[in-house]
Amino acid sequence: MTALLEIRELSKFYGNVEALKDVSFSVRRGEFVSIIGPSGAGKSTLLRCVNRMVEASRGEIIFDGIRVLELGRKELRKLRTRIGMIFQHYNLVNRLTVIENVLHGRLGYKSAIAGALGLFREEEKAQAIGILEKLGLKDQMYKRSDQLSGGQKQRVGIARALVQNPKLLLCDEPIASLDPNASRIIMDHLKDISVTMGITVLVNLHQVEVALKYSDRVIGVSSGRIVYDGPPKELTAEQIHRIYGTDEGGLITDMGGRYAAV
Amino acid sequence: MPPYDPIVRKRAAAIGFLLILAALAAAAMAITEFSVTRGLASVPKAVLWGFSNFYPDQAALEKLPDILDKLLDTVLMSVAAATVASVFAFVFALFGSRTTMASGMFARLARGVATLFRNIDVAAWAMILLFSFGQSDLTGYFALFFFSFGFLTRAFIETIDEVSGSSVEALRATGAGFVPIVVHSVIPSALPLMLSWLLFTIETNIRSATLVGILTGTGIGFAFNLYYKSLNYHAASLVVLVIVAAILLIEAVSNHVRRVIL
Repeated sequence: MTALLEIRELSKFYGNVEALKDVSFSVRRGEFVSIIGPSGAGKSTLLRCVNRMVEASRGEIIFDGIRVLELGRKELRKLRTRIGMIFQHYNLVNRLTVIENVLHGRLGYKSAIAGALGLFREEEKAQAIGILEKLGLKDQMYKRSDQLSGGQKQRVGIARALVQNPKLLLCDEPIASLDPNASRIIMDHLKDISVTMGITVLVNLHQVEVALKYSDRVIGVSSGRIVYDGPPKELTAEQIHRIYGTDEGGLITDMGGRYAAV
Repeated sequence: MPPYDPIVRKRAAAIGFLLILAALAAAAMAITEFSVTRGLASVPKAVLWGFSNFYPDQAALEKLPDILDKLLDTVLMSVAAATVASVFAFVFALFGSRTTMASGMFARLARGVATLFRNIDVAAWAMILLFSFGQSDLTGYFALFFFSFGFLTRAFIETIDEVSGSSVEALRATGAGFVPIVVHSVIPSALPLMLSWLLFTIETNIRSATLVGILTGTGIGFAFNLYYKSLNYHAASLVVLVIVAAILLIEAVSNHVRRVIL
């Protein structure tokens, strides 16, 4: 398997504050990678640098053979159509129906006029309905998005990303606002997407145990630096404490079925 | 007294503030030779005069069709000024809002123009425009238009930033262009609140239009001025009653519309 995404010595400054410091890693096609770390460690910034929702200050990003940081406005839009994004707060247009929100994922492929008029082809609509069916939301298709539960809203967010036919899914804290059951459903869907559709998934997580359970690989970020990059099995309690900058016993987490403070 | 007691300090500050206020009032009354006792004594006489002169009689009621005609002028002018201004304000708000702005320079320019137009009062606008258009309907129309434009631009900027920030981010991440983002995210999420601001502007305009009418010799304000200056207090009082009725009616209508759309 070859690398779909390669990040080299990426840095990001907000004024004088360095949010990311020489971050380098690569993600193979079809891989499910979790980024863990404390709040404010730079996880969101890192994710947003990939599709340039945040402009990196230094470094290089190569996605599918394309140098992302050198793209002009038009090519950037084209690149973004190949990268789906999922947000903590779902970022749906609440007053529109579910199916309308899902079809928004196709707007990147349209000209200004076709996009503005909402001219979607029959295949596109069929694809959107198919994805909603797969995510168990077909019955909610014509409901307004603000009538859905949090878990359902996040599934609409996933559907909107999938209808783009992306090669990569960027998920920014997808389960941080959800209850445990809805969280499990969302993570199961993301894992399923990665396994059955071969889409690469890069996900920011707060919950260490979720990262360990679902990921092929875990990246630990602390104060803008990568402090761990490897398979979940090799992640020790000691390394987790290094990521979160805490002492033994200072964390509530679950390592392999042991619910305890480690 | 202890060196630092917050309660004592607060009380001392409050007493000091009241003393300063009393001194200012006393000085102002001394300079303008205003006597409180004589002022209060004249209130009953004023009320008596109002009840004996300021009510519509039979002769005044015969002027009602004329007055209603003028009122319609004023209402239509207020609606026209507010609605046309809202179209321009929306365009400026798109440039001025942090969510949708094209560049920082345009945004500052749009916000600066809005601030300038908003901070010049309607009456001041009317006086400025009297030089260009004289005493005509155009003067009143443009005075209301300019103020509505400045006010609505500001209100729309806040609305767009508050309501559509998150879904605009999501649509930008799908690679959608500017026009489709505005049509599919900004307008659906911000429209109800923007309509509510427009209704509010129409209400304020009708109130201001009365004053502007006195200055520009048009609409219901002119009717009031005419009757009042020709000492026809009965007709003038009818004008006031008609204005109050119109404002209450329009407020009721716009409240109803608001309930339906929000």
